[in-house]
Amino acid sequence: MTPNLVYLGLVAVLFSCGVFLLLERSLTRVLLGILLLGNATNVLILSTSGPAGGAPIVGRTPDAEMSDPLPQALILTAIVITLGVAAFMLALIHRSWVLGEREDVVDDPEDLRVISEHRRLDEESQVEPGESPYDSGDDLGPRTPPGVRETRP
Amino acid sequence: MIRYLAPLPVLLPLLGAAATLLVGRHPRTQRTISVAVLSAALLACLALLVLADREGATAVQVGRWGPGIGISLLVDRLSALMLVVSATATLGVLVYAVGQGTSDGTENTPLSIFHPTYLILSAGVANAFLSGDLFNLYVGFEVLLVSSYVLLTLGGTAQRVQAGITYVVVSLVSSLLFLAGIALVYAATGTLNMAQIALRMDEVPDGTRTAIHLVLLVAFGIKAAVFPLSGWLPDSYPTAAAPVTAVFAGLLTKVGVYAIIRTETLLFPGAELGKLLLVAGLLTMVIGILGAVAQDDLKRLLSFTLVSHIGYMIFGIGLGSASGLAGSVFYVAHHILIQTALFLVAGLIERRNATTDLDRLGSLARTSPLIAVLFFVPAMNLAGIPPLSGFIGKLGLLQAGAQDGSVLAWAVVGGGVVTSLLTLYAVARVWAKAFWRPVEQARVESDGSDLDAGPDETSGSFLVRQRPSTQLPRTMLASTAAVVLVTVALTAVAAPLYGYADRASVDLLDRTPYLIAVLPEDAR
Repeated sequence: MTPNLVYLGLVAVLFSCGVFLLLERSLTRVLLGILLLGNATNVLILSTSGPAGGAPIVGRTPDAEMSDPLPQALILTAIVITLGVAAFMLALIHRSWVLGEREDVVDDPEDLRVISEHRRLDEESQVEPGESPYDSGDDLGPRTPPGVRETRP
Repeated sequence: MIRYLAPLPVLLPLLGAAATLLVGRHPRTQRTISVAVLSAALLACLALLVLADREGATAVQVGRWGPGIGISLLVDRLSALMLVVSATATLGVLVYAVGQGTSDGTENTPLSIFHPTYLILSAGVANAFLSGDLFNLYVGFEVLLVSSYVLLTLGGTAQRVQAGITYVVVSLVSSLLFLAGIALVYAATGTLNMAQIALRMDEVPDGTRTAIHLVLLVAFGIKAAVFPLSGWLPDSYPTAAAPVTAVFAGLLTKVGVYAIIRTETLLFPGAELGKLLLVAGLLTMVIGILGAVAQDDLKRLLSFTLVSHIGYMIFGIGLGSASGLAGSVFYVAHHILIQTALFLVAGLIERRNATTDLDRLGSLARTSPLIAVLFFVPAMNLAGIPPLSGFIGKLGLLQAGAQDGSVLAWAVVGGGVVTSLLTLYAVARVWAKAFWRPVEQARVESDGSDLDAGPDETSGSFLVRQRPSTQLPRTMLASTAAVVLVTVALTAVAAPLYGYADRASVDLLDRTPYLIAVLPEDAR
C-alpha cells in the first residue's frame, strides 16, 4: 500500500489544530477541537483504503478496480458516533451555561480545596501568627472558585 | 450450546432497553423488566462460564458470515469470567438503584431514562468482553461510554455537568485514539478480526508494530485509568449518583484492563512493552494510593484506591508470565466486586448522613452497626488482609513478581506491598473517623464549615435529595449485603477460581485455542 501524501498532510494539520483547540478553556472550542480530531481520524481511516477505485458493487465494477469498502463502513460508523456525542456535548455546554452562565473548563473544586488546605497547614507551621496564610502569591493556593465551600476558618 | 448462549448477554439487555423505553410511563413494569433481563443475562453468563471451562474457546460468527469476513463473538475462559463477574455487579447495583428510586418517590419523575440507559451500558460491557473483532470492540466501548455519559450527568446539577464535561472530553479523546489505532492496524494488516491480526502482526516491521502497540496501549490506558492517564477518574466518578458510581467504579475501568490483556497476549505477544507496563503499574499503585491518603471525602478516597489497584492488574500483565496473568485475571474479578461493594456502602452512608465528608461523619459503628459491618469486610478485603480474596490476589501477583526475579519486578513487588499497607492505612482512617469517633467530636472539628456549606450537592439520589434519613430502604441494604456476601464467597471459592484463572492465562499465552476457534485452518 502506498500512502497518499495529501491525506497524510491533511491528517497532520487536522490533528494538530484539533489538539490545539482541545487545550483551550472555552468549551465551545473544545467541542470544535473534538470535531476536528474526529475528522482527522476519519481521513486517516480513509487513507488506509489505498488508491481510489470504482464503487464496490459486485457486477458493476470489476473486482480489481473496486475501492476498499470496509474503511468507508468504518468511517460511517465513526461519523454517526461522533455526531451523537457532539450533540450530547452541546447539550452539556448549554446546560452549563444555563446553570452558571459559564462555558469554560473549571478547576476541580475538591482538588483546589485539598491543595489550599495543605498549604494552609504548611504555612501555619512556618508563618508567624497574624500573617495571612492565604498570601502565598502563586497560582494554585488561594483561589477558591465560586460555589466551593470555604475551608475551615 | 455456546453458539446460542453467546449473543444473549448483549442481546437481552438491548431488547430490554427497548422494552423499558416503551413502558417509560410505568415505572413498576420498567423495574420488573430490567431486573428480569439482567437476571436472565447473568444465568446465560454462568452457563457460558461452565461451558467455556469445559469446552475451551468457542467463536460465533454473527450472521453466518465466513470466518474473518463478518464479526466474530468469542467466548473463552477469560471473557466468560469477566461476563459473569460484570453481570453479577450490574444486577446487584440495579437492585440497589431500584430500592433507592422507590424510596425516594422518584417514580413519577421524568427519569424513566435510567433503566434503558443502564441496560444499554451492560450490553456495551458484554459486547466489549465478547468481541473478537477490533472494530466491534470499539463499538462496544462507545456503547458503554455513551450510556455512561448519560448516567453520569443524570439530574443535570451544576457539579455533575462540570464533571460530565471533563469525563466526556477525556473519553472521546481516548476513543479517537483507539480509532486511529484501528486505522493503523488496518493499514498494516488489512484486517480487523483479532485472530487474523494476531497472525499477520508477525510480518509487520518492528518499528511499525511498536508504534501501533503504543497507540492502542495509550487508548486503553486512558480507559483503564493507568497513571499518568488517570487524572480524569477521581474528578468525575464521585459526583455521580451512588449506584452509578458503584457500577462505573466496578466495571468501566476493568473493560480497559480487559482490552489491555487482550492486546498484550493476543495481538502483541512476547511482552514487548512489559517493562513499560511494569513501570506504569508501579506508578499507578503508589501515586494512586498517595492520593487516597490525602483525601478527606469517602467517595474521592475510594476513587483513588480504585486507580491505585488498577496498578496491580497492570503489574501482572507487564510480567507477561502465566502466573502473572493468572494473578491479574483473579485480581480483576475480585476488584470489580469489591469496589462495587465499597461504593454501594458509601452510597448508604451518604444517604444516612447526607454527606461523605470524613470530617463530618462519626459514630457510625454505634448508630448503624449494619453499615459498619458492610463497610469493614470489603475494606479489609481491599487492603488485603488474610484470608480474604484481596490477600490471595495480591499474594499471587507478588509471587509471580518474585518468580520473575528482575530488579524492576522486585521494585514493583515492593511497591505492591507498600500500596497494600497504605490502602490499609487509608481505610483504617475512614474507619477511625467515620465509624469509631464520637459524632460530637466530628462536629467540633468541622464547626463553622457546616453553615456555609449547606447540604452536599452530590446527593445519593438521581434527583438531588439532601436530607439525611435514618431509615434506610431494605432493598438497598439487602442488595449491598448481597454484593458483600459475593465478595466473601470469592474467598471461599478462591482455590477453584484461582485454578480457573490459571487455565485462562495458559490459554491466553498459548493463543492457539483462540486462533483455532475463530479461524479454521483453511480460512487463514
